[in-house]
Amino acid sequence: MSEVLVLVDHVDGAVKKPTFELLTIAARFGEPSAVFIGAAAQAAGAVEAVKKYGAAKVYVVDDTEIKGYLVAPKAEVLQQLVEKASPAAVLVPSSAHGKEIAARLAIKVSSGLITDAVDVQAGPDGAPVTTQSVFAGNYTVQAKVTKGTPIITVKPNAAAPVETEGAAAVEQFAATISAAAKSAQIVASQPRQASGRPELTEAAIVVSGGRGTGGNFEPVENFADALGAAVGASRAAVDSGWKPHTFQVGQTGKTVSPQLYVAAGISGAIQHRAGMQTSKTIVAINKDEEAPLFELVDFGVVGDLHTVLPAATEQIVARKG
Amino acid sequence: MNIVVCVKYVPDATADRQFEPDNTVDRVGVDGLLSELDEYAVEQALQLKEKREGEDIEVTALCVGPEKAVDAVRKALQMGADKGVHVVDDAIAGSDAIATSLVLAKAIEKVGPVDVVMCGMASTDASMSVVPAMLAERLGLPQVTHASVIETQGNQVRVKRDGDQATEVIGGTMPLVLSVTDQSGEARYPSFKGIMAAKKKPLETYSLADLGVDAGEVGLSVAWSAVEETTARPPRTAGEIVKDEDGSGATALTEFLASKKFI
Repeated sequence: MSEVLVLVDHVDGAVKKPTFELLTIAARFGEPSAVFIGAAAQAAGAVEAVKKYGAAKVYVVDDTEIKGYLVAPKAEVLQQLVEKASPAAVLVPSSAHGKEIAARLAIKVSSGLITDAVDVQAGPDGAPVTTQSVFAGNYTVQAKVTKGTPIITVKPNAAAPVETEGAAAVEQFAATISAAAKSAQIVASQPRQASGRPELTEAAIVVSGGRGTGGNFEPVENFADALGAAVGASRAAVDSGWKPHTFQVGQTGKTVSPQLYVAAGISGAIQHRAGMQTSKTIVAINKDEEAPLFELVDFGVVGDLHTVLPAATEQIVARKG
Repeated sequence: MNIVVCVKYVPDATADRQFEPDNTVDRVGVDGLLSELDEYAVEQALQLKEKREGEDIEVTALCVGPEKAVDAVRKALQMGADKGVHVVDDAIAGSDAIATSLVLAKAIEKVGPVDVVMCGMASTDASMSVVPAMLAERLGLPQVTHASVIETQGNQVRVKRDGDQATEVIGGTMPLVLSVTDQSGEARYPSFKGIMAAKKKPLETYSLADLGVDAGEVGLSVAWSAVEETTARPPRTAGEIVKDEDGSGATALTEFLASKKFI
């Protein structure tokens, strides 16, 4: 069986959940081979993690030489692995970073690229068929790569990760990195403070606040914490400076597709709907009963979020005992 | 200094966007316009020029698209770009990002030695967000993408990027490919003076042959990926809406969440 390369998404060796989803998807058309690009000292932990989700092989690429040089060197690493292993497909997490790596790789190996897959299944010929959600979630399309090695970026929550022990045979891979790939670099980095909440794109429940919060996100955050949810924001709230851009749900922010999406004080402009329309269950709280978002909801409350959310938070906490 | 801004002509995102029978995006039946996200790129190109007053800087707006797509170039000229280039050729219809990036790269080379290729963070139609990286790959240039703040000094570029894990400062040396987010600053509206001036600005039209691109390398039939099926999302059935009166809203909300096993 052919290998399927999965680029491991990790922070200092801690493997993120979308990687396990990719390994699960990879097993549908081949043998999952994880590609870990990181510090040699952190490799062991990452190998243990991907082993639990069926990685048959793990290519370990020491990043001492390329750390901080953004995406170009990683595309070169994957190019060399594609040439060596002739995989059935390459799966990359659909982050801004992942999509750029995939874009460069596609050109390098003259292969078709599909981004933002929300599902990937084996087609009748065994090759991957992807599903994407487009036009602000108003259409779904099915697509496949018709030339070269399918290169597919996959969104979080595209599959439920299946725990299955893999062989996880480690192969140290020494890639050759060109000088040109090291032409742009991170010169300073200010890490974000951990919020302790789930990550927006990966969370099962997301609670977002908009203009209606008036800049006070406390009711939104308390309600989110009662539900164990991630916190998001509309573009209006971000543009007002109430939340950083990383919280933004919408066309120019994150696209989320959680089990439950709660929009508080968000009217529901197309820009916002594009980022949350595919959520399984949608709830809105808004003072304005004419808010367009009410057309999308499974449940809506016409009322002031500043009174509704705190009262609901109290009730939820009480129920949870 | 030469700055080339890539601008895309897209179907209006607020209109009812559709697919053609061959599964390509309907770019004719729906009103089109300059992609909102590319307006930010035009704005940053113009600001770069304005901040470096006294230098000889030319901003070229470049668009690949059908006849009507020239509107996107015109808008950029009205905002203040110095000249426009429109690549139009029937063979281009249905091209994927890979072929589009090839045509853009050839057109950029045709414009001349470029110092900055400026792009928006994504298009508002396909929103793949991959063309800037593909251009960097094809042109052999450094890529500095998703910038919210741009500073330049000589040929040195520093940008701020707000990532999920960290806020980063990224550095590169011109020539390079830059992409900017919608956080980089409101794009200006064309002034009356700008609209009048745009009519006199040079606007060149190229075919694939002008760029030395073989028509067999682009278009729907040779795309490296294919859309097999498009399905309109079924409309959501109307949900239950309650009015909050004396705290009834919170109770109803809690009941709903509990009934769906979210609590």
